[in-house]
Order: sequence, then structure tokens, then C-alpha cells
Amino acid sequence: MKDTGGTLLTLALQFSLLSFLAIGGAITALPEMHRQAVDVYQWMTSTQFAQLVAIAQSAPGPNVLIVTLIGQQVAGIPGALIATICMCGPACAVAFYIVRGFHHFRESKWAIAVQAGLVPVSVGLVGATAFIVARSADQGLGTLAITAGTFALAYWTRISPLWALAGASALGLAGML
Amino acid sequence: MTENVLVPSAVVPTVPDLFFGFAKIAISGFGGVLPWARRIIVQQRRWMSADEFNDLFAICQFLPGPNIVNFSLIYGSRVGGVAGATAAVLGLVGPPTVLMIVLGTLYSRYGALPQARGALTGLAAAAAGLLIATAVSMAETLPRRGLGAILIAAAALVGVGPLQWPLLAVLVVLVPISIARAWRMA
Repeated sequence: MKDTGGTLLTLALQFSLLSFLAIGGAITALPEMHRQAVDVYQWMTSTQFAQLVAIAQSAPGPNVLIVTLIGQQVAGIPGALIATICMCGPACAVAFYIVRGFHHFRESKWAIAVQAGLVPVSVGLVGATAFIVARSADQGLGTLAITAGTFALAYWTRISPLWALAGASALGLAGML
Repeated sequence: MTENVLVPSAVVPTVPDLFFGFAKIAISGFGGVLPWARRIIVQQRRWMSADEFNDLFAICQFLPGPNIVNFSLIYGSRVGGVAGATAAVLGLVGPPTVLMIVLGTLYSRYGALPQARGALTGLAAAAAGLLIATAVSMAETLPRRGLGAILIAAAALVGVGPLQWPLLAVLVVLVPISIARAWRMA
């Protein structure tokens, strides 16, 4: 790491900005994180990015903590802390001041319109997230089958998806992928 | 405490209660913390009614920033001021952040070993399946929102996914169109 200070500053700026763009949850900002981390700054490969997303999804905690893993890969523990604080701090501070004094938001027409208007955009962004992770993760028939099987399990059954995550890692560990 | 707008019958948590309550939510929350937040806050601890929970969460969903972090911040501040907000956010984000740093360190150190690489390949493929399931479940509400909603979602997916356009550019175009459309329909 030749320029740690510069890297930390870049992390801080990127995630502070991104925190305002994460509409409908941190998961909608994943494609932009991928674009920055893989294409713009070339901090990691697309495969590594998908693996970090998978680790974050398998661990407990808010989804937003994928940024902790990205920050950590890029600049160690300081990177992890800065990414986490910048992804949570600025936008939350703004949200806090917006909400003050508004206790019955849902009744006003503009609030309903904003809320309803954001839904289709966030649905599309979650779709884009799924596309990007699947494109990096599915490199052959074995991985495609796991993606399809996990989708089926999560979508059509009430079995905990943790079983799929565990089973898929076990198959990979056994060298079957 | 005078700002407490919650119903009087609700249990009002202390500052340590907030920290440990949100920490429990965070570390129980495999694959998303929202169901656990609802279970622990509404059913187990009775800090809020189900309606109050839904109302506050709905506000947080269209505010900037991570939803559940906003939720803990706003709820914590309503019942315990600055100390309450700090305790709730630190409880929610602190313990899992430490866990992520540990996992990230293991990944940097051992992620390239052949066995780990195999396991991670499987894990990533399964995670992709989960994300597709989330996207499809969310998309189910689109048809009753009309053709326009489907087209807006498709544009967001294609622009940010395959075309890899910057998120900001896509949002600046799509969000006003989508809100204007919702305004006319409201």
C-alpha cells in the first residue's frame, strides 16, 4: 500500500456519497460498490467482490456491513472502520434531522408518492445486484446449479437459506465445483 | 424523555437496554436483521406496537442511508436522547463490525488457499441464488403498480447491472420520473 492516506480518503468520500444513494437498503448500492472497487479503483477482482458479498450475507448483522469487508480488504482495520462510519454516519445524520418533528409521515401525499416512487427503482437495483454477483460467481455448470438450487430453496420453501450456504460451501470445500 | 411519542403502555427501554437489545438483533440477524428487529422489539420486549414499528420503519425506508441503522438511531433518540441514539447504533453496528473485521482478516490470510477458494466459490454461487430470490420476491409487487413501474425497474436493472452506468446518473433520471408517476397515481 503505497498511499494509505489517499486510499483512506477515497474510501471515506466514496462511501459517504454512496450512503445517500442507498435507497431502500444498502443492498441497492452494491452494483455501484462493485463498479468503484473493481472497475474504477481496481482494488479487487469481480470474483473477490462476489466472495466478500457472500461472506457478508452468511454472517449475522445488517447488510450494510459489506462495506466493512471492502474497506478491510482495501486498507486494513482503519479502512474497515472508515468505510463503516462513512456508510452509516452522514446519511443517518441527515435522516435524523428530516424525521425530527415528523411523527405521522405516512399520511402526507408527498410522503406516499416518494415512498411508492422509490419502490420500482429499488426493485430494479436489487435485480442489478443479483445480476452482478451471479455473473461473477457462476463460472460453470456446478456453480450455476448451486445458484438455481439456492434460488428454488429460498423462493419456494420455508427452509432456512443458511442450509444452502452451508451445503454449497461444503461442496466447494470437497473440490466438487 | 419528554419527547417520547410512543404509546404510554409501551415499555420504555433504558440506555443499556437499547445497547443490548440492538446488539441481540444484530447478532441474531442472519440474512437480514429486519425480521429479528420486529420479533425482539415488538414481541419480546414490547418497546413498540406492531403499527408503530411499521410506521417508523416505513419512514426509514425512504430516508437516505441504511434503513435499519436509521431505525435504531431515530428510535434510540426518541426514547433516550443522544445517549439512547448512540447506544442503539453502537449495539446494532458494533458487534457485527468486529465480526466482519475478523472474517475479513481470515479472508485476506487464507482466502487464496485451494480449499478456501473452493468453499468461497460455492458460497458465492449460493449467495447469488439468494439475491435472485430477493429480487424476484420484491418484483412481485410491480404488476399491480402498473406497466410504468415495471419499465422503471427494468431500466434500473439494465442500466446499473449489465451496462454498469454510475448509480448517481441512473437515480437522477429515474427517481424523479418514478416519484412524479406515483404522485399522479396517489
